[in-house]
Amino acid sequence: MSIDIDTARKVAHLARIRVPEDHLPALASELSNILTFMEQLNEVDVEGVEPMTSVTPMRLKRREDVVTDGGYPEKILKNAPDAREGFFAVPKVVE
Amino acid sequence: MSLNKLTIADARDALKKGDVTSVELTEACLGEIEGAGALNAFVHKTPEIALEQAKAADARIKSGDAPAMCGIPLGIKDLFATKGVATQAASNILEGFKPEYESTVTQNLWDAGAVMLGKLNMDEFAMGSSNESACYGPVVNPWKVDDRQLTPGGSSGGSAAAVAADLCLAATGTDTGGSIRQPAAFTGIVGIKPTYGRVSRWGVVAFASSLDQAGPMTKSVRDAAIMLGTMCSHDPKDSTSADILVPDFEAALTGDIRGKKIGIPKEYRLDGMPAEIETLWENGIAMLKDAGAEIVDISLPHTKYALPAYYVVAPAEASSNLARYDGVRYGHRAKLGAGEGITDMYEKTRAEGFGPEVQRRVMIGTYVLSAGFYDAYYNRARKVRALIKRDFEQVFAQGIDAILTPATPSSAFGLGEMVDADPVAMYLNDVFTVTVNLAGLPGISVPCGLDAKGLPLGLQLIGRPWEEGELLNHAYVLEQAAGFAAKPNKWW
Repeated sequence: MSIDIDTARKVAHLARIRVPEDHLPALASELSNILTFMEQLNEVDVEGVEPMTSVTPMRLKRREDVVTDGGYPEKILKNAPDAREGFFAVPKVVE
Repeated sequence: MSLNKLTIADARDALKKGDVTSVELTEACLGEIEGAGALNAFVHKTPEIALEQAKAADARIKSGDAPAMCGIPLGIKDLFATKGVATQAASNILEGFKPEYESTVTQNLWDAGAVMLGKLNMDEFAMGSSNESACYGPVVNPWKVDDRQLTPGGSSGGSAAAVAADLCLAATGTDTGGSIRQPAAFTGIVGIKPTYGRVSRWGVVAFASSLDQAGPMTKSVRDAAIMLGTMCSHDPKDSTSADILVPDFEAALTGDIRGKKIGIPKEYRLDGMPAEIETLWENGIAMLKDAGAEIVDISLPHTKYALPAYYVVAPAEASSNLARYDGVRYGHRAKLGAGEGITDMYEKTRAEGFGPEVQRRVMIGTYVLSAGFYDAYYNRARKVRALIKRDFEQVFAQGIDAILTPATPSSAFGLGEMVDADPVAMYLNDVFTVTVNLAGLPGISVPCGLDAKGLPLGLQLIGRPWEEGELLNHAYVLEQAAGFAAKPNKWW
């Protein structure tokens, strides 16, 4: 499976990483090489094999659905590039 | 002997006897770190915290209430969240980030009285095998045999270099595909990745959540046993953390492996493997045999599919984990031009903040998870992963106690030598280690010799799930038999 320039552009956008137009051919070729390497997996007979979901057969822990932590918005916002009035601030989203 | 050169075990005993104080140990390490700028291992130094912790440790030791790690100066990989101290995962996207919380692993270490010297360099987001993807620039291996600068391996390259150069007594590392064991082998130290779930992942910057495990990087197997015991705990904050007893790993080091069955997997004999690696492996087999173990040829038939499966699963999980770096809550945010909106902010922030290897893996992960390819790549890789795990389960069911393999396909290579290589060529560094992460098993790298150039080589032992004690005992036997005592000549 080889990746063309349009697919590379689409993947970059899905990943929310801006890639300049003139870098797309190199990106497409790199991604194609890696995918070719992965295609060895097609040699394996996986008929009837369940995909691995956990490393050891162990039931995920459950707990009461109650608040166990929180109440410190100043700590949550401390590392924000832009925080105002107790909120994260971002560029205008809705016109 | 200079105090910074001590092992954890020797320092512990000296502290207990009152022959040395933690402040003295800590000052010795801080002095070495100051003089080791050329290695680029410590990237955020915390001498004030270190001396404060050391004083507290000395008081605790005096009071007679001192666990094994009390007063021991450590380096911490930049991937562990440390409260109020820069935690960047060697990425520009986390520039300036100072967590308001402490990772469970480091908290366990501080609760036991250990001392933090600072944060250690690594590959960006732990993605790499040469430490060249770090935003801080590469770490330089303290081992040097000609005019070239060598890689310490990766991703825990700063940890490996710092321990090998005696800048600290030990360090934390993390291992997603070999990131503890490969750099340990390249620098002549010991590194263990425990069973998945043994160590809490809470507060460790996530790369691939189903593969990531933290572990110690130390100067001896005994030190690995001591430090691992302190790092492990059941943690309700990590839903995959195992709620099982943590045994006394040091007590497991009996040196007796008579009657144990050691598996030698034929699939790990690669075409074109250097003769020196082959010889090292043969020597290791002979050592375990001499110690009374039974050597058994085994087959792990899906081994060759481990790397391609890993390079689907790990980037898929990474693309999901790294979605959180969006310029909103922490770290870098790109400057926006007039009229640019939130999507521009995400795309520019991530393009500026992530280095090339991280961008590549996030995009590969995005692709294999995208509609239409999810089954063909991601689900298929998860099925192959199940088969790789089954290979191991079958040999353990046959009575195999541990598996012996080389740790790496070569000794340390030169910095810059792989820059123009295909990314896939770099991925081959993980060929012997990655199966262990996929199967969730414990694995340890033990230094066992030098190659003709004079560079360290390591062997890997793979154990049964949750049997780190037995695995460490096998490693201890190998360590004693190999008698590896070489140290890098100080040039920095």
